[in-house]
Amino acid sequence: MSETLTEPHVDHDDAHEHPSDWAYIKIALILAVFTGIEVLTYFESALPIFENTSVTIATLMFLMVVKFYLVATWFMHLRFDNKIFSQLFVGGLILATGVYVIALAAFEFWA
Amino acid sequence: MATATIDSPDTHAADGHDEHHTSTGISNTKLAMWAFLGSECLLFGGLISTYLLYKTRRGPGPDNTTIPTDIFDIPFTSVSSFVLLMSSLTMVLALSALTRGDNQATRAWLLSTAMLGGVFIGGQVYEFTSFLREGVGFTHNPASSAFFTLTGFHGVHVSLGIVMLMSLFVASKQGKLTPKNTETVEIVGLYWHFVDVVWIFIFTVIYLIPVE
Repeated sequence: MSETLTEPHVDHDDAHEHPSDWAYIKIALILAVFTGIEVLTYFESALPIFENTSVTIATLMFLMVVKFYLVATWFMHLRFDNKIFSQLFVGGLILATGVYVIALAAFEFWA
Repeated sequence: MATATIDSPDTHAADGHDEHHTSTGISNTKLAMWAFLGSECLLFGGLISTYLLYKTRRGPGPDNTTIPTDIFDIPFTSVSSFVLLMSSLTMVLALSALTRGDNQATRAWLLSTAMLGGVFIGGQVYEFTSFLREGVGFTHNPASSAFFTLTGFHGVHVSLGIVMLMSLFVASKQGKLTPKNTETVEIVGLYWHFVDVVWIFIFTVIYLIPVE
C-alpha cells in the first residue's frame, strides 16, 4: 500500500485566473469617466445640479467609493484572491475609519 | 509496506503560480504586503483626519491667512489624478505581460508606469512651488502644515514606488525577471495600486469637496 502525503493545510485558495487585458482597459475607462464626472462637479456651471452642495458631496463620495472598490477588486485582484487578503485590508480600513471618525467627532462636539 | 512521499515545497513554487507550501497555504510575502497596506490605512487616515481638522485654520497674523483651498488649481490637479489613475492600468498590464512571458511588453509597461508616476510627482513639485510663490509654505499656518504633510507623505510613497518599478525594470533587462517572479511584480503592483487608491480619496476629500 502506498500513501502520498502533502504538506498540511496546503490549499490553493489564492490561485486565480487573471482577467484579460481588455477587462483591465474597460475598468480603466470606467474610472476615467468617473474622474471626469468628479471634475465636472467643480464647475458648477457645467451642470446646474451641482450648485447644490449636498448633491455635490453625495455624488463625490459615491464616485470615490466606487473608484476605490474598482481599483481594489480588479487591479489589486481582491476579487479573485484569497479572502484573507480582503479581510486584512478591509480590517485596516474599517479600523482607520472607525478610529478617525471617533476622533473627528470628539473634536467636533467636545473640543 | 507503506511508503510515504512528501511533496517538496519547491515542487510547485518553480512554476511561479499561486501555490504556496505555507501553514496558511498562501504566500507569506503577499500576506505581509496586505498587512502592511492595512496598517498604511491607519497612517493615511491620521494624516487625512488632521487635515480635515485644520483645513480652515488660518494663521493669526494678516500675512498668513491664505489656506491651501484658496489657491487650489483643480484643473491641473485633475490631470495629475488622471495620470496616476492610468498608471494603475499600465501596472496591471505589466503583470499580465509577465504572466504571458512577454518580457519586452513587461519592460515597456513597467517603464510607462514609472514615467506616469514621475509625471505625477512633477505635478506635485509644480503645485508646491506655486504655493510657495503665493507665500504659502509649510509653516505658514496650521492648514498649510497639514496639507503639505499629507500630500508630501503621499508623494514620498509614489517616489518609493517609482524606485521599486525601476528596480524591476533593471532586473528584467538583466534577465532576472521571468514568469517565475510574477509574485514580486504583483506585490510591487499592490503597493502602487494602494498609492493610487489613497490619491482617489485625497483628490475627492481634500481637493473637490467644497469648504464651507
